[in-house]
Amino acid sequence: MTTTGLDSPRPAAPGVDPAAPKRSLVEGTANRLVVCLVALVVLVLLGFASLFVGSGEIPASVVWEALRGDRTDTLALLVTDYRIPRAMIAVLVGCALGVGGALIQAITRNPLADPGLLGVNSGSFFAVVLSVTISGTANLSSYVWWSFLGAAVAAVSVYVIGSRGSGATPVKLVLAGLAFGAVLNGITYAVTFLDPDVFDKIRFWQSGSLQGRQIDTFWWALPFVVVGVLTAVLLSRSLNALALGEDLAKSLGVHLFRTRAIAMGALTLLCGAATAAVGPIAFLGLMVPYLARVVARSDQRWIVPLSALFGPVIFLGADVLGRVLVPSEMPVGVVVAFLGAPVLVAVVRTRKKSGL
Amino acid sequence: MSADLVKSPGTSPDPAPAEAPPRSLRPALRLGPEISFPVHVRSLVVFLALLVITVVVAGWAMTLGTIDVPVGTLIQAVFGSGEDGIVRLIQNWRLPRVVIAIVGGASLGIAGAIFQSLTRNPLGSPDIIGFNNGAYSGALIAILVLNTGRTGSTIGALIGGIVAAAIVVGLATRGGGLQGMRLIVVGIAISAVLASLNVYLILRADLETAMAAAAWGMGIFDTITWSQVLPIVIALVVLVPVLCGFARSLRLLELGDDSAAGLGLNANRTRLILIVVGVGFTAAVTAAAGPILFVALAAPQLARRLTGSAGIPLAASAAMGALLLLVSDVAAQQLLAPKQLPVGVITLTLGGAYLIGLLIAQSRKA
Repeated sequence: MTTTGLDSPRPAAPGVDPAAPKRSLVEGTANRLVVCLVALVVLVLLGFASLFVGSGEIPASVVWEALRGDRTDTLALLVTDYRIPRAMIAVLVGCALGVGGALIQAITRNPLADPGLLGVNSGSFFAVVLSVTISGTANLSSYVWWSFLGAAVAAVSVYVIGSRGSGATPVKLVLAGLAFGAVLNGITYAVTFLDPDVFDKIRFWQSGSLQGRQIDTFWWALPFVVVGVLTAVLLSRSLNALALGEDLAKSLGVHLFRTRAIAMGALTLLCGAATAAVGPIAFLGLMVPYLARVVARSDQRWIVPLSALFGPVIFLGADVLGRVLVPSEMPVGVVVAFLGAPVLVAVVRTRKKSGL
Repeated sequence: MSADLVKSPGTSPDPAPAEAPPRSLRPALRLGPEISFPVHVRSLVVFLALLVITVVVAGWAMTLGTIDVPVGTLIQAVFGSGEDGIVRLIQNWRLPRVVIAIVGGASLGIAGAIFQSLTRNPLGSPDIIGFNNGAYSGALIAILVLNTGRTGSTIGALIGGIVAAAIVVGLATRGGGLQGMRLIVVGIAISAVLASLNVYLILRADLETAMAAAAWGMGIFDTITWSQVLPIVIALVVLVPVLCGFARSLRLLELGDDSAAGLGLNANRTRLILIVVGVGFTAAVTAAAGPILFVALAAPQLARRLTGSAGIPLAASAAMGALLLLVSDVAAQQLLAPKQLPVGVITLTLGGAYLIGLLIAQSRKA
């Protein structure tokens, strides 16, 4: 094993994730359950908060009455038709991207992995723009399958390019993602640039926004996310074995190719559905598993459910923040990027001997 | 050597560059027993060849367009004789466009060469480490938020590029040393934040302004006039002599800080000056023509391969950058003619493909 440069961030010892803090901050199952509970409470509180804030003043009393079904005027409809679905979509997408991030980090054994950084979102975006250009319509039902296809092709391509030769190292994967994403973005920009109509349809979606999404988006994405999350939970034991290194995993009876392929499939469902629903979101998949590892160290059986909780908390929180922060509403994707980049910088700065 | 690209192995990422001959065997320009300049013959040939190709492509590019101009008429028109309309077409539209591609490409090539030398990493180019996106943010804030005019956007781009550069370098520096790989990952992070900020800024604008800003954001040359070419030329006139003064120091820095210090160089101060010069080259181009990605990444590496030199050749990088951007712009004009693409779209796509190729080529050697 080389110890110089970027080939080194393999687990130093079996079971030790190089990105995880040396010791978990929270030891013991009971304490971790407490963390889960706290996260759940925060999530519920945020959910309520998200119903009360937003562009346009709606008095709290109206929100209450709308929630209880006592009012059906326009203001109440704004709450039931927009704010509630919006919160539900935020939770769903946060969950999808959090678990998606945990999966991609486990498959690539790379703490820098993120569906956005690794070009998966670009793939989705590219395919969606293609479908909007061809069909001329921009509604979810027409492009969600394209989004899956794009996510899958990009995920596999970046992984293949990044793991050629000496195997996938964190920075090689990030570079492969950057390169592949650049090619896709270049073509996407060319298409949107040539057709102002497509450009207009796509630009709100492009920034990653929850604005104006309605409940049908939620129902569309729900089954895919549920299947994806369940698959991730079922896979977590095999992924734990994978973290020990390929040889050890094999000797433990893990079918490497099958595990990776199933995980890639789940990843595609999660990221494809999330991107189709709200547009490309970067950094969420990076920071959620990072925080989950602070609690759970490197045990996927904890990381997956914790990510499924932390993701919605951060995403919904970012959405609320974006609405409070500026009068004209900052898209949630932008807020997430501002929250997530410091985490990436922190990862890079704290990993002293990894060669980063 | 398993993963040269990501290992920051000195300035020679390619394990098989032609070995530079020992110094004493190199041809030298001797002007007397005491005065002599080492001349790297192959570098000189490559540099001149690139120049000739660039001029030929430039001439060919100027004959293309909605009105075809034969070569003879073109040459006359460049010097101001011939039909009035043609002269105006050539002198006011096609010539500045070709000139900005050449001058801008050369600037980006030089900037890339400086940063790749300083970070000792083929990926240490201004586009990957966030300067372009920073400059774009600065310009967008000037145009869309502060409602300043063209000059405002130029100043905004300059400030934005420098601020982004300062943030990235500041965050990547730890314990005094500037590490190539960390610089790149921090740069990618900051770049991503700025990119999303840019999307947000465009989003707030009305469709027409947004389209224009987005087009400029991809680098567009089809509305270029002499007034936009002038600032780049001025920047070059100021920056090139400064760079020439520090070219030798750059070579010394490539040897490593300790050796450079041993040879009497203040490494930190020199590096800072060179970073400022590199940012200046990038910001000048971005201010005039929008962020153009990947030229600064690819040009120095291609130049180094062609010249077979051990370090990164500045002059050949400049010539290669000019040629790359010019060819990209011709492609942007002609690929879907009469519709025109922003040149940045071409460089982004080609550059991404180049980077993929680089990663695959590196892995073959593993």
